[in-house]
Amino acid sequence: MSTSTETIEQLASREYKYGFETEVETDTFPPGLDDEVIRRLSAIKGEPEWLLEFRLKSYRAWLAMKEPVWHNLKIAPIDYNAISYYSAPKKKPQLASMDEVDPEVRKTFEKLGIPLIEQQLLAGVAVDAVFDSVSVATTFRAKLGELGIIFCSFSEAVKDHPELVKKYLGSVVPYTDNFYATLNSAVFSDGSFVYIPKGVRCPMELSTYFRINAKNTGQFERTLIVADEGSQVSYLEGCTAPMRDENQLHAAVVELVALDGATIKYSTIQNWYPGDKDGKGGIYNFVTKRGKAMANAKITWTQVETGSAITWKYPSCILQGDNSIGEFYSVATTNNWQQADTGTKMIHLGRNTRSIIVSKGISAGHGQNTYRGAVKIGKNAHGARNYSQCDSLLIGDKCGAHTFPYLEIKNTSAKVEHEASTSKIGEDQIFYCRQRGISMEDAVNMIVSGFCKEVFRELPMEFAVEAQKLLSISLEGSVG
Amino acid sequence: MLLSVNDLRVKAEDKEILKGLDLVVNPGEVHAIMGPNGSGKSTLARALSGHPGYEVTGGTATYDGKDLLAMSPEERACEGVFMAFQYPVEIAGINNAYFLKAAINAVRKYRGQQELDALEFMQLIREKAKLLEMDQSMLNRSVNEGFSGGEKKRNEIFQMAVLEPRLAILDETDSGLDIDALRIVSRGVNALRSPDRAMIVVTHYQRLLEYIVPDFVHVLSAGRIVRSGGKELALELEAKGYGWVETAAAGAKA
Repeated sequence: MSTSTETIEQLASREYKYGFETEVETDTFPPGLDDEVIRRLSAIKGEPEWLLEFRLKSYRAWLAMKEPVWHNLKIAPIDYNAISYYSAPKKKPQLASMDEVDPEVRKTFEKLGIPLIEQQLLAGVAVDAVFDSVSVATTFRAKLGELGIIFCSFSEAVKDHPELVKKYLGSVVPYTDNFYATLNSAVFSDGSFVYIPKGVRCPMELSTYFRINAKNTGQFERTLIVADEGSQVSYLEGCTAPMRDENQLHAAVVELVALDGATIKYSTIQNWYPGDKDGKGGIYNFVTKRGKAMANAKITWTQVETGSAITWKYPSCILQGDNSIGEFYSVATTNNWQQADTGTKMIHLGRNTRSIIVSKGISAGHGQNTYRGAVKIGKNAHGARNYSQCDSLLIGDKCGAHTFPYLEIKNTSAKVEHEASTSKIGEDQIFYCRQRGISMEDAVNMIVSGFCKEVFRELPMEFAVEAQKLLSISLEGSVG
Repeated sequence: MLLSVNDLRVKAEDKEILKGLDLVVNPGEVHAIMGPNGSGKSTLARALSGHPGYEVTGGTATYDGKDLLAMSPEERACEGVFMAFQYPVEIAGINNAYFLKAAINAVRKYRGQQELDALEFMQLIREKAKLLEMDQSMLNRSVNEGFSGGEKKRNEIFQMAVLEPRLAILDETDSGLDIDALRIVSRGVNALRSPDRAMIVVTHYQRLLEYIVPDFVHVLSAGRIVRSGGKELALELEAKGYGWVETAAAGAKA
């Protein structure tokens, strides 16, 4: 093993590809949080009274809360008063086309390899680009509008569709839910809003690229997706952030509402700055994602988590309606000193509800990867079924994989299955590939992508290709 | 001369296993390496193919005029050295055909040849699969996963048939094979014998050599070749046992 361990270390010293900062004038609050900051934030955004109230009651609830400690993570103490709670590009343009976007911003997108214009023209992907909390470009809105689909920034939704936002905000993730979600409820900056009307099948993948930029600015994205009865939507979230030294807090909340017979597919590629090879810097990613599925509805979470110094994230499904379905497909990699504690909760309330969990954890370097999943079967969930599969892959001998499955079953007719495995990319596997002429790097990629296959095939085509690329970049150097 | 091994010394897990081995292999020849357990047969196969767990501490190996020991395992493969594994490795989620396509195209790229497209590749492997009586389903299953012992060995020779090496090293290909599988595998190997291809067949038993008839037989004992001869040496060994050459070698040393 010694030879491959050495090379693991050599190759692990690869620099983060997306490390750069964009110089755009920003309007940033001084660090700190109190009632006044929240009032200012709300005022800048021109929010109605009810939303300010929502923020303030969240803030008061948050003051009485403590950070969760049940996770398997080592987190340096966070000074919430050292964080600035608002940052927005100063020139907020009202844009008719991409040409009007700040050239600096466009350059950033180009560096990231996100050809926004090409995407508009070629891929048929409507992109709502979130740049430092405030949307600077929204596309295809008119086309979607013809179908009655709303796809806009959260702030715009508050202005233009207050009745929808008021009805569903906090309906899946209540403002008292947990420390990070409650903080988000108090200070969320912006995010995306989607509404798909009854019976409408969204004709294209909806996609948002997030990017954290200004220094010391916590990101508090808020996303709300409502799929009305019998509608269908696939939403893609992809992110990457510039290199920096200080740890950056990111506490997002995503709420999905799938009404009777609706289908929501939510796919994430998360590639925030993971810190350097010595574990310095990197994003703290504490995210609350949850969906509620009514009768015959289906929610699918697919995530490829390669970035962030710390990931704390459990995209979950409340299977409230009869015959509703929840799915969770996850690939999480930790390299160098990254830590991830991620998984899902499947809460079966309705009859004949079904859920599938497929989790693939990959650890390399000193990375620590924890799967934490809960399957709860309520007392009225007759005929509920769950299948869980958690596989861990270890690269090298300094990393770790941990699995914590929780089961709570209150109905005797339920069927719950759990399978778990841990394997190591062996020297023998790599040698076998090399003896056939395949390079070490390609061998590792091949073995890893074989391991992740069941998750990748759930991703939309163009995303799957990107995910595979990202995975090989994030593990590049993990074996040598 | 295709391969010339000179005074090769190899360590594994801090123990010296090959203690000065000499071997010359010309194109078209089939050499059998025999010997008792622990004599270093598999170590020779793995050292020649570049397994990182085996450390060469002395000696030389020249392959086609080049320093074999200076090359990475994948360079050796691309230069035409193939090893059929004693214990073929499983790779979950990667289908056999995909794996082989990656391999053949890596080799072709190295040699400056154009990579095969899906169609050309399928034509090639269909033909080779027939030779080894491989079922289409075996091509679509994950590499070696859930294969029986015999299927794994057949798969090794199938890969060899596709990759068409110049030097094929068969590491105990007969172990774990029943007589039918042995016949299929041997037929595959024999079909690949050619004037410009050499083979080193590592085996514990004489049985395999009834099917794959060697030009030379070498007996390995305690990390050295202690006796070389023609195919009749294998029969003599079968009759007298390994004790015979070991005693003779010990006597010669003293």
